[in-house]
Amino acid sequence: MNARSPLAPTANADPDWKPIAAPTSGGSETAADSILRERGQQSVFCGLTSIIWLHRKIQDAFFLVVGSRTCAHLIQSAAGVMIFAEPRFGTAIIDDRDLAGLADANTELDRVVEELLSRRPDIRMLFLVGSCPSEVIKLDLSRAAERLSQRHSPAVRILNYSGSGIETTFTQGEDACLAALVPQLEVSEQGVELIVVGSLPDMVEDQLVESLTRMGIDRVACLPGRRANGMPVVHPNARFLLAQPFLSDTAKALVGRGLTHIPSLFPFGGEGTQAWLESAAAAFNVDTTLVENVCAPGRARATQSLSRAREALKGKRVFFFPDSQLELPLARFLHRELGMQLLEVGVPYLHRGLMAQELAALEGSGVQISEGQDLAKQLDRCRAMKPDLIVCGLGLANPLEAEGFTTKWSIELVFSPVHGFEQAADLANLFARPFDRRSRIAHDWQKGRPGL
Amino acid sequence: MKLTLWTYEGPPHVGAMRVATAMQGVHYVLHAPQGDTYADLLFTMIERRNRRPPVTYTTFQARDLGKDTAEMFQKAAREAVERHKPEALLVGASCTAELIQDDPGGLAEALGLDIPVVPLELPAYQRKENWGASETFYQIVRQLAIKNEADGSRTHNTSLFSECKVPLRAPRCNILGPTALGFRHRDDLTEIRRLLAAIGVEVSVVAPWEARPRDLARLPEADFNVVLYPETANGVASYLKRMFGQPHTTAIPIGMKATEDFVREVAELADLDANTAVTLARASFGARASWYSASVDSTYLTGKRVFIFGDATHALAAARVAATEMGFEVVGLGSYSREFARDIRDLAKSLEIEPLISDDYLEVEAAIAKAAPDLVLGTQMERHIAKRLGIPCAVISAPVHVQDFPARYSPQMGFEGANVLFDTWVHPLMMGLEEHLIGMFRDDFEFNESAGASHLGGHAPLGDCAESVAEKTKTATDGAPISVPGATSVSASQPTAGVPQWAKEAEAELGKIPFFVRKKARANTERFATDRGIALITKETLYEAKAHYAR
Repeated sequence: MNARSPLAPTANADPDWKPIAAPTSGGSETAADSILRERGQQSVFCGLTSIIWLHRKIQDAFFLVVGSRTCAHLIQSAAGVMIFAEPRFGTAIIDDRDLAGLADANTELDRVVEELLSRRPDIRMLFLVGSCPSEVIKLDLSRAAERLSQRHSPAVRILNYSGSGIETTFTQGEDACLAALVPQLEVSEQGVELIVVGSLPDMVEDQLVESLTRMGIDRVACLPGRRANGMPVVHPNARFLLAQPFLSDTAKALVGRGLTHIPSLFPFGGEGTQAWLESAAAAFNVDTTLVENVCAPGRARATQSLSRAREALKGKRVFFFPDSQLELPLARFLHRELGMQLLEVGVPYLHRGLMAQELAALEGSGVQISEGQDLAKQLDRCRAMKPDLIVCGLGLANPLEAEGFTTKWSIELVFSPVHGFEQAADLANLFARPFDRRSRIAHDWQKGRPGL
Repeated sequence: MKLTLWTYEGPPHVGAMRVATAMQGVHYVLHAPQGDTYADLLFTMIERRNRRPPVTYTTFQARDLGKDTAEMFQKAAREAVERHKPEALLVGASCTAELIQDDPGGLAEALGLDIPVVPLELPAYQRKENWGASETFYQIVRQLAIKNEADGSRTHNTSLFSECKVPLRAPRCNILGPTALGFRHRDDLTEIRRLLAAIGVEVSVVAPWEARPRDLARLPEADFNVVLYPETANGVASYLKRMFGQPHTTAIPIGMKATEDFVREVAELADLDANTAVTLARASFGARASWYSASVDSTYLTGKRVFIFGDATHALAAARVAATEMGFEVVGLGSYSREFARDIRDLAKSLEIEPLISDDYLEVEAAIAKAAPDLVLGTQMERHIAKRLGIPCAVISAPVHVQDFPARYSPQMGFEGANVLFDTWVHPLMMGLEEHLIGMFRDDFEFNESAGASHLGGHAPLGDCAESVAEKTKTATDGAPISVPGATSVSASQPTAGVPQWAKEAEAELGKIPFFVRKKARANTERFATDRGIALITKETLYEAKAHYAR
């Protein structure tokens, strides 16, 4: 197993940890066998970016990045117009005086935290988030979190994780954050038996939990919880199900606490959602008729709702630039449920263990998976293939549109409610809309239209 | 270490990117981790550029540290030159790479490239975006203009006049300052080119905007320089003055009066008759702003209280336009440009107001809430503040959002710029006037106060919004009393420390005052009461306060 890409979780990862068996390829060529690995300029956000949705999810948490002006500028630029009354994230900007001596930097950090907490008495959980500069100067945020916890507990719980771009890409920031929550989880005989892991919009979370409950899995909770004191209390033999594909460190930490991982496809599209619910059901020995009764109506609605998007997308050739780690499950959805043809699907890093079922589902699709990035070369390949749709980050979308390509900017896929049966069509429409828009603009009114 | 929620300026290497992206034929190799590639989207999404900025990032990772980051830099630089074939290469480090001290300048030099290499040292832990843009522009000009002079390729100024004072050629100037991601730089440049053409001045080089490295060698050929944005161009202008004796303009042509000053200054530098130049200039444009301001419909603009915040250039210019062209009262003036703090302070002093030199967004918000202006002129940050406080706002300065890069021609500078200012500043107030009219029908079954302001998001009930603002402001200022416009939470039943309470009859009387002046009446009365130690505001206090402030 060589799934540890340069950016795969490192800190204390066990390279041999396998959440589930790798797909049995039976000697034949699989999608995972011909992976293109590249190392050059990466054009992906760093882990700090995930603060934008994490702070909305945990409603009494504050995310304090210990970093540079660049970090502050990155988050506000990525957040775009989402300027809230007073955001629950901020940056302790390191300046040249802090760089003069480390002791000084720690005192300064304590002062900033005091200032912050006295301004925001409503905050119950504070994350100190490491950045590239704080990592390079080796500012020890775990010790800082310990020190500050002593001073501010029980009113405020203070944790730390790294969102630095030298260690994490984009969604790995959420992974690091959730992994930091795991040691805090209380274990109790009365605790939940299933944890759904990954931050989802509340509405989606409710839908998925309701389906699980209807199958009789009613001792269930989500990580992260919506409030600092609302994190799940877990049963010693609890299992967990990942709702997002980028949570390998969190999964490892949960396994480390004795929980059992339920491997599955990820709950995108009708097929993914059904497989995800069925995986849970199998782990809890739910009666298959009950599973069918719960899944069938949702699956039918999903299938029906996809028909229009399928018409627009069928046979279209799609190219993914690496971005959020959602690329493989989304490609599987586009290929298997909407009939799209996969060209290259880039991922920042490939965790073969967590992706085993997704990789298996892509067998025979003819996809070229690439891991890591050399931006210039990837752009050359992309242009040469002339895809009908390019899924890429914000820095590339407009320049590619200007070259005549149709693009879908990928950050929206992370922010929007896209999981589950009821959102399957919304997810498909995010890919169909660029085509719709192009054709509307290209099209002119027929002669004879009144007023023309 | 400083706690920051929103920043007005990015790091200095983003300033360098603004210069590199504005130019042609240059490429910038930035030693930086992958997260720093976010900066591309400022140009491709916010400014809607159709090409990626000419920047290659090395995107080193943790595992590269202490091993081969220097080699990574050289590889990236070599490949960038091969692929993009620039005429000059800029090299530098972002905040993280600055810490690992790889010396991009030295590494690039060692590659022995056959194009000029401009090393940029932009201290990320001391400086910010505008400084970075200015320094980058300066280093490029210094390297490329000097290099070419050493080559002997620089043609010296030919004299403007023959010995008997007959003009031999048209006067020539350079235009300095416009960059990528600048607030209306594209349109300002068009307007200023037209203005200069109207008075018979030729433009030699524009930089950094669309300049190629070889164009910079022609900078010394001009008779003088036009500085449009001192934040980015002052360094280069003083350098050119020092090295080549080129004078430069200091008037910033924002507003009718300042545009005329600018034309006079240009005329003087170009040895033209100033009055003729102004007449020519005005005749070539539909300079409508002063007539619009004089027309009777504008009477209602008189004495409107305006709060101004932005970069120094735009804030200073806006203050003059507001006070002397629109007839407003400037009640707040500030800037995040510390480099120009003295200019802001001087002007604030002459306006008898307290200057605000700060890049702390929360401090600006508190100052606006306290001043309770009728109009805010600011950046995108102040637009959000004003929206929350329910105050009309127009954007006059960077940083700005995507909607402030309009498709239409919309300069801030020159005579057309003055027209644009009139429209964009009056429009939000006019919307406010519509609300006044609605206010006259406030007891009408259809039009009532709780329907909310139509230009502020439609039908949201006003009360909720105002209350949440009041709540927020309270927590934001450590309980210091700040009267929030429209707040309903300060009432007898909810006493707030330090704020006098309202007797029931006084509260009722206040309710009879039209709601669009009610917030001001409330604030004034409370200030009046606080100053005199009156704990309970009665009907009499209300009218005493009114008489006091009417003096």
